[in-house]
Amino acid sequence: MTTNVYDKLIFELSSPGRVAWSLPEMDVPEGDARKLLPEKHVRKDAPALPEVSEFDIVRHYSRLSRMNYGLDTHFYPLGSCTMKYNPKLNEDMARLAGFARLHPLAAEALAQGALQVMHELAQDLAEIAGMDAVSLQPAAGAQGELAGVLMIRAYHLSRGEKRTKVLVPDSAHGTNPASTAIAGYEVVEVKSLPNGEVDLDVLTRTLDTDVAAFMITVPNTLGMFEPRIVEITELCHASGVQVYMDGANLNAILGITRPGDLGFDVCHFNLHKTFTTPHGGGGPGAGPVGVKAHLEPFLPVPVVTKDGDAYALDWKRPSSIGKLQAFWGNFGMLVRAYTYIRTMGPDGLRSVSDNAILNANYIMKRLETDYDVAVPGPCMHECVLSARRQKKLGITATDIAKRLLDLGFYAPSTYFPLIVEEALMIEPTETEAKETLDQFCDAMIQIAREAETNPAVIHDAPVTTPVRRLDQTKAAREPNLRWTRRA
Amino acid sequence: MADVPKDLKYTREHEWAKQESDRVRVGITAYAQDQLGDVVFVELPKVGAKVTAAKNFGVVESVKAVSDLFAPVSGEVVEVNGELLQKPETVNQDPYGKGWMIVVKPANKAEWDQLLTAQQYEEYLAQGGH
Repeated sequence: MTTNVYDKLIFELSSPGRVAWSLPEMDVPEGDARKLLPEKHVRKDAPALPEVSEFDIVRHYSRLSRMNYGLDTHFYPLGSCTMKYNPKLNEDMARLAGFARLHPLAAEALAQGALQVMHELAQDLAEIAGMDAVSLQPAAGAQGELAGVLMIRAYHLSRGEKRTKVLVPDSAHGTNPASTAIAGYEVVEVKSLPNGEVDLDVLTRTLDTDVAAFMITVPNTLGMFEPRIVEITELCHASGVQVYMDGANLNAILGITRPGDLGFDVCHFNLHKTFTTPHGGGGPGAGPVGVKAHLEPFLPVPVVTKDGDAYALDWKRPSSIGKLQAFWGNFGMLVRAYTYIRTMGPDGLRSVSDNAILNANYIMKRLETDYDVAVPGPCMHECVLSARRQKKLGITATDIAKRLLDLGFYAPSTYFPLIVEEALMIEPTETEAKETLDQFCDAMIQIAREAETNPAVIHDAPVTTPVRRLDQTKAAREPNLRWTRRA
Repeated sequence: MADVPKDLKYTREHEWAKQESDRVRVGITAYAQDQLGDVVFVELPKVGAKVTAAKNFGVVESVKAVSDLFAPVSGEVVEVNGELLQKPETVNQDPYGKGWMIVVKPANKAEWDQLLTAQQYEEYLAQGGH
């Protein structure tokens, strides 16, 4: 890529006195801020903002936008993140003035349409997951987890039980132990079997009256469906333990099975994964949480209720864990997810999972001779490979990821799940054509050949990106998060 | 195969323990630092803290992952390697030497015998290490 003056930071384009505005002269007397405001609120120096022209601003940000890498430009097989196509219809609906320009504090009588969307979305999600009630408030999967664990805690306390531990498998997303710890529980890691399944013997030994909940991801982070999941939830319930499903991988089971039917008490939904709202780049996310009836009294307030044809926000819920998020959650994302669900319908959602599973298995099959497969056999919506064979040749999962960038693909997740050596986690999602999957597999196979014959080209990669390999170790050890003006 | 000194004891979570008269020095193994990759942050307890065998006593963060550190034996922390805060890379460079993490005054001598010997740890690594 050629260098460009507009690759500089906007601060570095600054030229003293240059402005992007021209205002008419003041026709009222100018006030002096120092006289109008208390001294402690008046800054001593002017803020050091960039001084640039409108042209500079447009060119700088247009240039940056062209460096964007996303689903609208490329294949994006980032496993466990479910980077799905965001249908443009969702955007149209979210921009309808009745949604986009509605003040969040508008009176309920003036916001009936918005409340109806929330009520119906909560019902749809409950039906999809086999749950009895859903809160739309959490702003992300991790906040959904926190809400779920807090409800579990409130439930145990309401029964006079003070349980102190939550079990999390070693294959879990890092958010699981984090949310649990923030909710005030001790996290106990449960070792998995080599194939990533829950070890029932270990689980049985670990379950006791001090355990509040078991949190697991289904399908698990190795992309495998937990074959003994009903046994697991029954085993937990026998000890009074609540079972939480991390819904990150819900894209694999839409219309095929439901967490509620498998015995789960709580699960969250990542609208920015399974339900096609934007993911990455700040989203923002949305992580509604669904519960069975015995946990419903503890849902965050307010809950959208329906009485006849009238929708309202119910704040009078004495057992609620409280409010979690400003206003009513990330409402624009709720509109998008609602649009998606209504566009697809039940059969459409079922075909989403069927195709997601088919695509992942196609990739696994095509790559199984050139890479080690973490767990043999058909996978669900994502497959996990190991580059342990390539590592013996000096090529790591990171190296493969970097080389893929040069070959025109975003890299899969690397080094996750933690229980797989040199993991490469590939999730193609349902919307990719066979041609795209083939191009990606061809690139992966080419890299496997290069590892044997021309490792230098892999070690040098990427060469086509705006920046080459970044020193991630130095970045982590000596983070430099802020631009400062050179003296 | 990673370096496994004969005079140390080991945990299945890849910590080493070294008997020094009535105290036990603790760090992570060469295998552990190799699997983690470049260590960028180490969080350790304060002197005087109590640690419990098989429970976590701190955190090691690398460019790849954040992992709990597990105490080989129970007891009181009597020394902490404060230099790792400034130079976490020492864990990679010298895991059995300058990369040590804490020194514990053990509360229960019987726990020492529960730890893996160098030979047992090598066999454990040969089976895949987890």
